[in-house]
Amino acid sequence: MAITDQDVARIARLARIALPPQDSARAQEELNGILGLIEQLQAVDTQGVEPMAHPLSAHQDISLRLRDDAPAPGGIPQREALMANAPAQSGGLFLVPTVIE
Amino acid sequence: MTALPDMPLHTEFDSIDALRTALRGGKASALELAQSALQAAQAASSLNAFLHIDPELTLAQARAADEQLAKGQGGSLTGIPIAHKDVFVTRGWRTTAASKMLADYVSPFDATVVDRLRQAGAVSLGKLNCDEFAMGSGNENSAFGPARNPWDPDAVPGGSSGGSAAAVAAGLVMAATGTDTGGSVRQPAALCGVSGIKPTYGTVSRFGMVAFGSSLDQAGPIARHARDLLELLDPMAGFDERDATSLQDCDGVPNAPGRVRRDFDEALRLQDDAGGKPLQGLRIGVPEEFFNESLSPHIAQAVEAALQTYESLGARRVRISLPCTRLSIPAYYVIAPAEASSNLSRYDGVRYGHRAQSYGDIADMTSRSRAEGFGPEVLRRILVGTYVLCHGYYDAYYLQAQRVRRMIADDFRRAFAEHCDVIMGPVTPTVAKRIGENREDPTADWLADIYTLGVSLAGLPAMSIPCGFGGAGKPLPIGLQLIGNYFGEGRLLAVADRFQQVTDWHQRKPEQQ
Repeated sequence: MAITDQDVARIARLARIALPPQDSARAQEELNGILGLIEQLQAVDTQGVEPMAHPLSAHQDISLRLRDDAPAPGGIPQREALMANAPAQSGGLFLVPTVIE
Repeated sequence: MTALPDMPLHTEFDSIDALRTALRGGKASALELAQSALQAAQAASSLNAFLHIDPELTLAQARAADEQLAKGQGGSLTGIPIAHKDVFVTRGWRTTAASKMLADYVSPFDATVVDRLRQAGAVSLGKLNCDEFAMGSGNENSAFGPARNPWDPDAVPGGSSGGSAAAVAAGLVMAATGTDTGGSVRQPAALCGVSGIKPTYGTVSRFGMVAFGSSLDQAGPIARHARDLLELLDPMAGFDERDATSLQDCDGVPNAPGRVRRDFDEALRLQDDAGGKPLQGLRIGVPEEFFNESLSPHIAQAVEAALQTYESLGARRVRISLPCTRLSIPAYYVIAPAEASSNLSRYDGVRYGHRAQSYGDIADMTSRSRAEGFGPEVLRRILVGTYVLCHGYYDAYYLQAQRVRRMIADDFRRAFAEHCDVIMGPVTPTVAKRIGENREDPTADWLADIYTLGVSLAGLPAMSIPCGFGGAGKPLPIGLQLIGNYFGEGRLLAVADRFQQVTDWHQRKPEQQ
């Protein structure tokens, strides 16, 4: 099943990537090439095989550890350091275009 | 041996251990080492191995190292010059992940790997070039230009940790950090004629490592030989509560510095006790699927010669089969892009990273910022990943790939349970390609990942060590891949070390350009 130009537009929208028309045609061609590569998976009989999300589950019972629900060290200096990389910020807030009029 | 005029002082020492002894004995100073390495790095700028050097930061670390040494203090790496792949966040040095998206990013904290090596006393020369967000196998996907292979500047150094391998091969640092998602430590190590190890998934913290494929990403060092790899890996590996996938123990042994070194020392002692046939009893599994029609004859010959060397040391060769090997390419290129599309959704032009100059509403701002900030390979993988995670395709692609992933891991599990102690084979089908080759077909490079992807999907430890030279033009390095069972890093390094005790491939150095 080939990827259409409408599919590409949908994927790009979901991925939040602005694709101008000329890039979109190229992306469609590339995605169809890649699809040809990954489609080999369809022919594999995986009946009864459990999907493997964690690589070590092949070796041992494993689940992701959760940390304690407790506050971590923070404070204003920490916040300022973390926000220093923001493209636009003021008064401890990230600045973005108006979302609600 | 005297160093060539432009070679840094540390290249006079064959190992980190020898350099450490000199530093502790007052026969070398961390400051002089750092100064000469900085000079060499600047002189070798045409390699484009470094993305960010800041002499003041490096020299401050070196002065602190000398102060510690003068007091008889310091750690196992005090004063040793290293550098970090630019996907580890660092205070002071920029962290760009070789992307325009993060061109000006400065982290407020150090990655755990950076912190641990700093605690051990290592002096950092700066940040090393790589493929953008570690996606690629030639270092050509860097937004700041390709790094070059010290053996031939027209050839790629491999990737994604290309700058790391190039810097070690050129002698600019004693060792470097790298990361491996589908082969990104082993493959550049092989193509640059140096050694590299990817440890078992979960043994080294991913905290502060710019995320690509979280179920695959694992940090590992690149150095000249196995003993130097041990010097970096041992302090790097250990439990870190800030990484949810970091392991507290490895088969019942606490995941902490000292684990890998103990296993290495124990394995070496057993080898030494065995006398003239130190590897007596070692069963080497050689997968028939790794010797297919895409393997170049030069590589096949070099790997065969290496296996014969191992046999002369007492090891026995066992033919094994990893039947799902060919499926590792489609499985990986579903899972890794899926995880990448999820991980890279954080780059929204709001909290950090590139923001477009002109835009309409907030959705337009994000979409334009991402389209401008990411390079072609990253965009390609985000689109593929988004597609395979879409409603309606999720089961057919993503879940199916995860099922195939288990089949691939089961191939390895069976091999280790029934047939062998270590698996060996090639790392790459060919030697380093020319910079610019395969530019018309973006997926051609993906197929060359065939021998490294399975290990990453299974989460196993694996390494690459130099085992020869070949290729149609200038002779270029060839790597031998060694794959161990879960948590077998120390034993794997000992098996590699034994080979390096009787061969000198790891001592060859590229001519100065």
